[in-house]
Amino acid sequence: MDVLSAIIAVMLGTVNDVLPIAAIIFGFQFFVLRQKPANLQEILWGFVWVLLGLSLFLLGLEWCLFPLGRLMAEQLTDPVFIQGTLDAGETVADINWTHYYWVYIFAFLIGFSTTIAEPSLIAVAIKANEVSGGAIGIWGLRISVAIGVAVGISLGCYRIVVGDPIHWYIMTGYIIVVLQTSVAPKIIIPLAYDSGGVTTSTVTVPLVAALGLGLSETVPGRNPLIDGFGLIAFASLFPILSVMAYAQLSRFRAKPGWRRAENENS
Amino acid sequence: MSSTLKKLLIAMLGSVRDLLPIVLVIVFFQFAVLQQPLPNIGQILLGVLFVIMGLTFFIHGLEQGLFPIGESMATAFARKGSLFWLIAFAFALGFGTTVAEPALIAVAEEAAEVAANGAMIDATEAAKLQYADGLRYTVALSVGLAIVVGVIRILKGWPIQWFIIGGYMLVVIMTMFAPKEIIGIAYDSGGVTTSTITVPLVTALGVGLASSIRGRNPMIDGFGLIALASLTPMIFVMVYGMMM
Repeated sequence: MDVLSAIIAVMLGTVNDVLPIAAIIFGFQFFVLRQKPANLQEILWGFVWVLLGLSLFLLGLEWCLFPLGRLMAEQLTDPVFIQGTLDAGETVADINWTHYYWVYIFAFLIGFSTTIAEPSLIAVAIKANEVSGGAIGIWGLRISVAIGVAVGISLGCYRIVVGDPIHWYIMTGYIIVVLQTSVAPKIIIPLAYDSGGVTTSTVTVPLVAALGLGLSETVPGRNPLIDGFGLIAFASLFPILSVMAYAQLSRFRAKPGWRRAENENS
Repeated sequence: MSSTLKKLLIAMLGSVRDLLPIVLVIVFFQFAVLQQPLPNIGQILLGVLFVIMGLTFFIHGLEQGLFPIGESMATAFARKGSLFWLIAFAFALGFGTTVAEPALIAVAEEAAEVAANGAMIDATEAAKLQYADGLRYTVALSVGLAIVVGVIRILKGWPIQWFIIGGYMLVVIMTMFAPKEIIGIAYDSGGVTTSTITVPLVTALGVGLASSIRGRNPMIDGFGLIALASLTPMIFVMVYGMMM
């Protein structure tokens, strides 16, 4: 019965989140547009599926992924674990950024794998594939975004360890975005910008936040309240770069769909 | 019904594939790096099953409910031709979906904590609550405005890069003047605003609008709303930090 009451509690929470959205949508639909969508019944069932799906998804994450992921983030950033990576003859004073290599590897892999499972990214990828007439592959987009998040989070962890100010990284990143925008295929630019925002939602944020907090508590001289934040910014920036790079590579390989999608531009 | 069931089963295999990387990463770190057994394995397995089912149902509902309603509303607004109501809808969608977003509420509370520690506000519960609520409404307002600006952009066919590049230049300039404590939170607030339900709806709205207006390319004009919704909170949160 524990399971059942947990499901109901989570579902009520999800209903609470969805309610304002549903109110706005159906309010405008009936009072402003004053028309019934053609397949109202199907759409309402769709909302029920979304509600049920999101509830189960969140509950499942709370039971398996989040506790394990948080525990791992804590253990990997634990001073005792970090000292365990010292070579013979080195002392605690010798710890530098290279001794946190398991943290970077974990950040990379967890960034990649959670992004692959991110529902809102799946949604955007389905839409982009449909709209581009297949020129943008669902998996191509998801994997390039995931690589961007993975690189971003590992670099963000490195930044926390060495203690550089965050804005130098972000500014450099945006300068590269500007340069890449001028050479990337036109049809990918809005989608690439969007991928920055979609990557960081349900699955990635809680784990990444735990990693940032654990790391800034462990590394001497870091303030968790200042340095713990900012990883999400890294995770939003790098997908923009990787998605534009993906489009440049795809065009380079000259898939015929690209020309078609670009010609529709006129 | 049996065709729905069959579709769901196939989709479930897709979800298993989507989640496999996470399982591999967790298993590798737990056994090979940290060398520890998995705690309460029963609950973990049940959780994995729930995640797989949840993702499957969500994607199913997405294609059946969220995408069609977003697109049909975009088409209906385009046909109605009332700019006022389209903009009112855009603002309501942005503001309404953000103000109750749990991730935002959590970030706002943490931000109040930071502000109290930095002696920007009094360290009382009331002052913190007021600060957190103010921040939350600021972010929701900024997302509402972002969707409005994004919709106008789609109607006019302006290139997105001017908005985004200009916006980020503003972010960089403001970073130099904003209080140090608020910067990390401001940067992160851009990422937390776009929830799992908002993203498909907003995407469908943008693509639907661009497809129903002559001369607009759904790829070039339809996407970009989420990018704007992730950008404006950074600016507004820093303004909020400077004013408080």
